Formats: sequence, C-alpha cells, structure tokens
Amino acid sequence: MLNNQGRPTHAGEATAEPHRTFTSNRALQMEEALIFEIGRPDVTGVDIDEPAAFSPRLGGLERAAAIGLPGLSEPEAMRHYVRLSQKNYSIDGGLYPLGSCTMKHNPRLNERMARLPGFADVHPLQPQSTVQGALDLIDELARWLVEITGMESVAMSPKAGAHGEACGIMAIRAAIEASGEAATRRIVLVPESAHGTNPATAALVGFEVRTVPAGPDGKVHADAVRPLLGPDVAAIMLTNPNTCGLFESEIVEIARLVHEAGAYFYCDGANLNAIMGKARPGDLGVDAMHINLHKTFSTPHGGGGPGAGPVVLSKRLAAFAPVPFVTRDGDARRLVEDADGTQAFGRMTTFHGQMGMFVRALSFALSHGGDGLRQASEDAVLSANYVRACLGDLMSLPFGDRPCMHEVLFDDAWLKDTGVSTLDFAKAMIDEGYHPMTVYFPLVVHGAMLIEPTESESKASLDLFIATLRDLAFSVKNGDRDRFSGAPYHAPRRRLDETRAARNPVLRWTAPKLAEKAVAAE
Amino acid sequence: MRYLPLTGEDRGLMLRRIGAAGVDDLFADIPADKLLRAQLDLPSSKSELEVERLLSRMAGRNTPAGSVPFFVGCGAYRHHVPASVDHLIQRSEFLTSYTPYQPEIAQGTLHYLFEFQTQVAALTAMDVANASMYDGSTGCGEAVLMAHRITRRRKAVLSGGLHPHYAEVVRTLSRMADDQIVDMPADPLASEDLIAAIGDDVSCVVVQSPDVFGNLRDLTPIAEACHKRGALLIAVFTEAVSLGLVKPPGEMGADIVVGEGQSIGNALSFGGPYVGLFATRQKYVRQMPGRLCGETVDAEGRRGFVLTLSTREQHIRRDKATSNICTNSGLCALAFTIHMTLLGETGLRRLARVNHAHAVKLADMLGGVQGVSVVNASFFNEFTIRVNGDAAAAVEKMAAKGVLGGVPVSRLLPRGAGVRNLIVVANTEINTDEDRAAFVAALTSSL
Amino acid sequence: MTTRYTKDHEYVRLEDDAGVVGITDYAQSQLGDVVFVELPDVGKSFKQGEQAAVVESVKAASEVYAPVSGEVVAVNGDLEGAPATVNEDAAGKGWFLKIRLANAGELDGLMDEAAYAAFVKSLG
Repeated sequence: MLNNQGRPTHAGEATAEPHRTFTSNRALQMEEALIFEIGRPDVTGVDIDEPAAFSPRLGGLERAAAIGLPGLSEPEAMRHYVRLSQKNYSIDGGLYPLGSCTMKHNPRLNERMARLPGFADVHPLQPQSTVQGALDLIDELARWLVEITGMESVAMSPKAGAHGEACGIMAIRAAIEASGEAATRRIVLVPESAHGTNPATAALVGFEVRTVPAGPDGKVHADAVRPLLGPDVAAIMLTNPNTCGLFESEIVEIARLVHEAGAYFYCDGANLNAIMGKARPGDLGVDAMHINLHKTFSTPHGGGGPGAGPVVLSKRLAAFAPVPFVTRDGDARRLVEDADGTQAFGRMTTFHGQMGMFVRALSFALSHGGDGLRQASEDAVLSANYVRACLGDLMSLPFGDRPCMHEVLFDDAWLKDTGVSTLDFAKAMIDEGYHPMTVYFPLVVHGAMLIEPTESESKASLDLFIATLRDLAFSVKNGDRDRFSGAPYHAPRRRLDETRAARNPVLRWTAPKLAEKAVAAE
Repeated sequence: MRYLPLTGEDRGLMLRRIGAAGVDDLFADIPADKLLRAQLDLPSSKSELEVERLLSRMAGRNTPAGSVPFFVGCGAYRHHVPASVDHLIQRSEFLTSYTPYQPEIAQGTLHYLFEFQTQVAALTAMDVANASMYDGSTGCGEAVLMAHRITRRRKAVLSGGLHPHYAEVVRTLSRMADDQIVDMPADPLASEDLIAAIGDDVSCVVVQSPDVFGNLRDLTPIAEACHKRGALLIAVFTEAVSLGLVKPPGEMGADIVVGEGQSIGNALSFGGPYVGLFATRQKYVRQMPGRLCGETVDAEGRRGFVLTLSTREQHIRRDKATSNICTNSGLCALAFTIHMTLLGETGLRRLARVNHAHAVKLADMLGGVQGVSVVNASFFNEFTIRVNGDAAAAVEKMAAKGVLGGVPVSRLLPRGAGVRNLIVVANTEINTDEDRAAFVAALTSSL
Repeated sequence: MTTRYTKDHEYVRLEDDAGVVGITDYAQSQLGDVVFVELPDVGKSFKQGEQAAVVESVKAASEVYAPVSGEVVAVNGDLEGAPATVNEDAAGKGWFLKIRLANAGELDGLMDEAAYAAFVKSLG
C-alpha cells in the first residue's frame, strides 16, 4: 500500500516580501515589553514567609506609599531576560572587533573559579585570619602584573580603567606635594589622540590640561613634547601602544625628557594586550599605568562593566599608593587599611577592589603562563596586521602601509564622494553579522575605523571577516548605496533616533495617564 | 594553548601574506634594546585542571560566609540570591557584550538598563537614576562633586554616621580637587547636630541612613535646612533592601541619592564587583555623572533604547566632562534588576520585614547578654552593640570559635574616639535561630 | 541694524542698546541636530571671548563665547523646550542671549556679513 501521509518535505514557494507578523515577532527574534507593562506589584517570583508578629524599631520612619515595583514569577522572569539577551551581540556569538576595547574570548573556567565559595562568598570585613587565601590571591595577581609590566608595585583597588587613571594621577599629585611643588606643577600634557578619560581624569584631580599635537605619522614626537615641558608640568599621559594602533617609538626619549623636567610619565595601559612579554612599560620609563583587567585579562565586560583597573607604579610613586594594600608577613598576608603612618594618598573605594575580577584575571594568567601571554600578544598583533594587509588595498590607511600593533586604523578617505559614511559602513556590517569596529575614534583621523580582532579568532574566522569587509567595500565602490544608507535592515532594531532621545529625554518608565488608558481600552 | 586558535601553520601563512619574515618584524617600532628576548619570569601555561586545583586551594583557605553563623555587614550584606539570577547573568549575550555603543544590536542591555533606572528611581523615590556607578562609595564621591557643580560651592559636610570608607573616598577626591570637607565626629548614637554645620558656603550635606551604625535617620529636617541655605542633601544607603521597609530619601527631600546595590542580586565577593546606585531630581539630570539610557524610536517607529545625554561624558566633553567614568557595573546592575524583578514590590517588602524582624530578635537576645548593650534606638537589619572590653579582640575570638560575629568599629575608625568597644552586627534572612543562638554563645564566651 | 560675526561663528546683532547673541546658520549646520543649550543667568557679566553658553548636539558640545563684553539682560528661555529652533532659525528665533554692551568699540574688531561669508567660504 502506498503511504502518502505525513508532512510536505519540499520548501514550497517563497514570496519575495516576508509578511508582517501578528505579534511583530520574527521567529526567534521576540518583541519584549517592559517589566512595568507585564509585571504586577502583587506578583513575586521569590517565596518568603511573613515573619511572626513583632514590634518594629524603625523610629517612625516606615515606608507607607507604594514603591512602584512590578514583580514576575520565575518562569516569566526567565523568559523576559532570555528574550532580552537574544537582542545582544556578544563575543561568544561572533567576532567583536571594537578597537581599543580588546573583546577577546572570556574563558568559562574563570567564571567557575570566581564562583568558588571561598572567593564569592567571603565578606570584605571578615577577620583577616579567615581570608588568607583571598589576600594571597590578590598578592599573587599583583606579582604577575608587576612582572609583566616591569614595575615596582601595583595598587589593586581601582574599579575600572578610568578609576585607575585617577589613582595614578593622584599618586603623581601626592608625590608632587611631597616634594613641595604642588603650587607650581599644575599642568598635565595629553595628546589629541588620547581616550577622553585622560583629560577628564587630569581635570578631576585638579590639573590643567594642555594638548600635545600628534605628528603626521600618528605618533607623539619628542620634539612636540620638549617645548611644552617646564617647571609647571606635573605629568604627561600617553597611551602606548597609542589609539592609532601604533607603538610610540620615541617613548624612551619622551620619558627621559619628562623625567628631566621633574615631571611624571603616566601611561594609559588600555592597549597592553599588544605587548605582553614583548616590552615592559617599566623598561620604557613609565611611572604609572593602569591595566584594564576586563580587556587584557579577559574578565567579561558584561555589557558595560564591571571592570577592574589596577595601577602599576614605579619606585618613585610606589609609596603613595592608596589603601588598602596587601603586605607579606612571613607566610601570612596582611591587609593594610589605615592610611595613617603610611604615605598613602588616601582611598579610592570601600573595600579592596574587584576581587571577582582578580580571580578571573589570575585564572586567565595562570592558564596562559608567561609563554602563553607572550603568544597571545603576538597573535593579537599578527591578526591585526593580517587584516591590514588584506584590506589595505581597498580601505585607506591614514598613516601609510606600515605595521600596526594589535589594532589597525583606517580612515574614511576611501569613502569620499561615495555617499557612504563611516557610520553607514559600520551599520552595514551589522547586517552581515558582525559587530562594527570602533568608529569616529580616535579623533585625530577623519571618520576613523579602528579594528581590533584580538588573539581569539581563528584564521578561518579572520578570512571570512576580511572577505565580508571586501565585499562591502566593493559595494561602496559600485555605488550600491542602499546597502548602507538604510542599514541595518536585519537587526532587532533599525537605526535609532538619538536626536529625539536627547532633545526630550525619557530616562524611566512612567505609568500612562488614566485618560490615555481609557482611550486605549476603547 | 587552548584559548589561542591560530596554529603554527596559520601564523606562517599570515606572516607571508603580510610580507613579514617573522613576528618580530611587526614589533619593529619597539626600540631594539627594549624588546624582550627572554621569557617573563612567570610559570608556563597550565591546563584547566591544574588551574582549578591551584585556585581551589587558595579559596579553601578562606572561611565562606555560608559555612558559619555569619553576622557581618557594614556596607556589604549576605542575602539569598535566586538561582535564576546567576544563570541569567551568565548568558553569553549579557556576559560577553561590550558597552552598548551600537544600539541596534544591544537592545537587550539597553532595555534592562532602562528598567534598572526606573527601579532605582522608584526604590529611592527620586525622579531619575543613572545606569550605575562602580559602587556606593565612588558614587558618593561623584555626588559631592555634582553638588559642587550645581551650587558652585566647594565645601561638603559629612555626617558622622557616614561609612568611614565612603568618607575617606570623598576626602581623597576632595583634597585632590582642592575642595573643602567638614568631617563630623563618629556618631554611633545619631545625636549630631548637622543643621548647625550648614553655612552659606556649604554645597551639600552627606547623610547615610541606615547609617554605618545601623541607625535610621529622619532626613526631612536636614533637607529643609539645606534648602534654606542653598545647599543640597545627599542621602546615602549601603543596604538597598532597607528601602523595602524604610521611608525613602526621595520622600524626605533628598536632592541626590547614592547607594550600594550589592545586597540585591550580588555576591559578597570580598568587596567587589558591586554596583553603585545613583538617583537625583529631574532638574539636575544634566549634572549627573555616568551613563544614561533613554527611550526613543527606530527608523520604523518601533520603541527602542539608546545611551543618551552623552555630551556630559568624557568621550565628548574630555576635560570638561561631569566625570571621568567610562565603564560602569553593567552586569552587577543586571543581577540587581533581575533579583528586583523576581522580588517585585510584594517580595521586597516581605524580605525587608523578615530582615527587620530577625534583627529585632537578635537585638533582644544580645541585649540580654551580661556586659552587652544595644546602642541603637532604631535600626533596620543592622545595629551596634557595646561590649565589655575590646571589640576587635572579641570578634577575633568569635572567629576562632567559628562564628563571624560582626565588624568591630575600630577596624573602620582606628583612631575614632569611644568606639573601641563597639561591634556592628548585621542580621539578614539567611540567619536562623540556631545561628543567633550560636552567636550569643560565642559572644558570651569571648568577652 | 548692525550684525557682526566672530571666527567662532557667533553673531551679535544690535537691537536698541543691546546685542542679540546666537550662533550662525553655518554653525548650526556643522553641529547637526541641536539637543540642548546651556544659557547663563541674567545679570551675569562677560568679557569678550569668555564662555557664555554651551550648545550641544547629539555627538558634540561646543562652547559659545561672548562676542562682546557686557551684562546679560535676557536669555532665550524658549530654547529649553525647543532646542531645534537653533537649527530652524539660528539668526532669528534661535537667539541665545542679549548683552548690554560695555564697549561698543569691540564691534569694530568683528567681521561684517560680507567678511564672515568670505570666512565661511574659506573653510571649504
């Protein structure tokens, strides 16, 4: 007997235009409302028993009015956040070439280690005798950071890169005060190409910012620094490798000049990933440098943090490091929390820094070892140069065809008169399944596109990325503007109206007015 | 090395494509005498198993809070966090994404930040909140700077009930910015006269409630006095759960509210990472530090979210920015918002009541111990006891007996007057009757 | 009616005894969508070239300098609710502030309309 039951197995006829769905969902891509629209204040996803009757001791300060917090049951909450997560790009999901951000693989071993109860479930104010392992971990990571950078010591407590910058500049200020020059040394030199955090930090610590021009080759030159130095200069803040992806080849000479002028050399260490095991900031004359553990040491960036920004310090600055810090007392570790009796300039934060990030960073460092860290830096630099070599014929390199460090910078000269902007190009990458590179930074080149592939990509992955960018570049050259002007077409959202958001800021959900509700009900 | 996908063959092919003879050609800009030839003086790479062994050994030398009767607070609190929170924050798309610079492919992050901002604003009863700071203490420092910008005055008054670490952070920042600070002496009885300290040159008064000793403070008269003198009231809290039961700072006239959000959704983690909550009045939004997420529409008119008002921030304003902050505490904010969504208003209020009820029970028990008295007239889930003798020694002795029995005030205020016999004790929903009994027994035998 | 221009693209237009200050149409076109204008308090005095206001677009913030010295006698409060006015009518309804001139002689150092047009043209 012929059995003709069962489902059709051919593809059927696909129409050109997908129809609009009833739900506005697009298969796996779900629309999701706000918790304030789907939750209710009387719903809770946590079972807690009411306490037995007791007399409160709130001193008459009881909260009476409704708070306005909706609740969801656990299944509803799971669904809400899982659906939200599906609207995010991630390094686990694809290549994330954000220059200056070092989006490398985040090993899950690190997560497992950070969750060991001995690290995750210890309180910062437990007696020190009960946290010797935790103090040892901080001390051990400090040893790695000091060795990798060739510096004297490290202040571990800063919470992120910019916080580390503040810590380093404060240490410099403390040193200047100690030498009685606080009134005269008021200026911090910052190159135009610097991260915005550098001038913001210098201003925060009470210094006046003076800009150092970059040379036509994208680098800061000793000749540009020399005339700016004098008895009024406190420090220079240089990023090395710099934000154009280049190693500051005159850095040793610049450091010498800065020291000769009695000033200090702060290095923005955001780009440390290029030089681990290849060069040590301590050998180059650096006095202070923060390390972004969430970049170089693979601690996850979590959609905008937390970071961790330990600051390595030179001999001249080591004594001024803020409390708390760990010292060795034979085999025991001791946490010094009181600045009194030390030269510490003060305190950056409660407690002892980003312990959860320290565990992950040490897990990363131990896994790589000294040899692996060096290999990681070499691979990161190799990959960036490979991208440069494979795209340099189509896209324009502002500083010519020369080796870069771990990131390669293109400008928009090649887009001139095509009607496609850097932003358009970036948005078209989204449709191709890539997170765009860093765009419009650094400010020293026009329409900047800064690509940092990191050491985490296979050659096949790099080749596909390169092929995609080449295909996009050919589209630009062939005048296929539609591919760019309306992009992204396939993301969870099309381009968003930032002007509207800024002109009329809506920064929180508010309950719709009763009248509007009535209209909606009709 | 398991994390590095390139093979030796790949590297050779890539070098050839680049036109380099060896990888060191790519490092030619490093001065030749500074290029490291030798390996770093560090161990070589290790397997997962080896790393796990090493780190587990270190972790094993600590006493986890969950393994003993545990009553430590003073700025970080142990609460039960639902299992789903940790699962959700480890989803790749949350854990391994960057700051949402490309909003079309970061709506997940932006959407929860918008919800987070709304929750924080509701919790504090303020108009608006930002997308988080590093932690409560750094948020407190930023709040003082913000008050200086708004009032164009440069002198802050710090309450003697403010967490001493917070005060130290503010002092450090202020000294560096050449601003002035008036420090009130340690105030375990909440009896200081802050209003008398508010002169016409004062930019802000910083008051914590529940304060570091656990006292609840009525901020209303202080707010009124501040406003009369053209100063701002900065209200601080370190235990977010308290706001489920205690009158929120926004209802008492605070202008800026900063707090530590760790106690909702986040682990103790030996002090970090935590999440700073920061809220203010609508009229001060443009003076606020940190990232802000706002609602808008996309090209098809659909609701979406973006980072907004970024002209306040360092990447645009550089040395004129409201703050140098860049990274915040995104993932900890996510843990906070998920836990808060699971609790909802009903769960939060209930959780807060349980905390308070347990703390009242413990206070009554400790008050009955010979040589111990409870200092506070009011409190939420944390209070201060005065013991006969040296508090730090008593806490050490209790630890040796396997009870983590609070924080000796002298640890936070090593030179504070009249604090050597004070212990701050926290009691949350995690503590059982057995824990409390063990605490009382350990304390009794440690005095 | 006299209007004078600075190299930073501010204009000052004499009306009665006050100078109406704003940014030029060229400036608004370069800034893009204006989202916020931070104005000084009435009664504040500025020296020529001092920062008097800040104009923000989505992506940039630019200082606006006083083109002439004097005291602020009025500010354009309408901009708070409608910053787009600066884009729509920079020379008219999108004015920023009115200054009572301390020294009318300062006007002589500024560009007239023709000179400013030539200056803008030279910027390419």
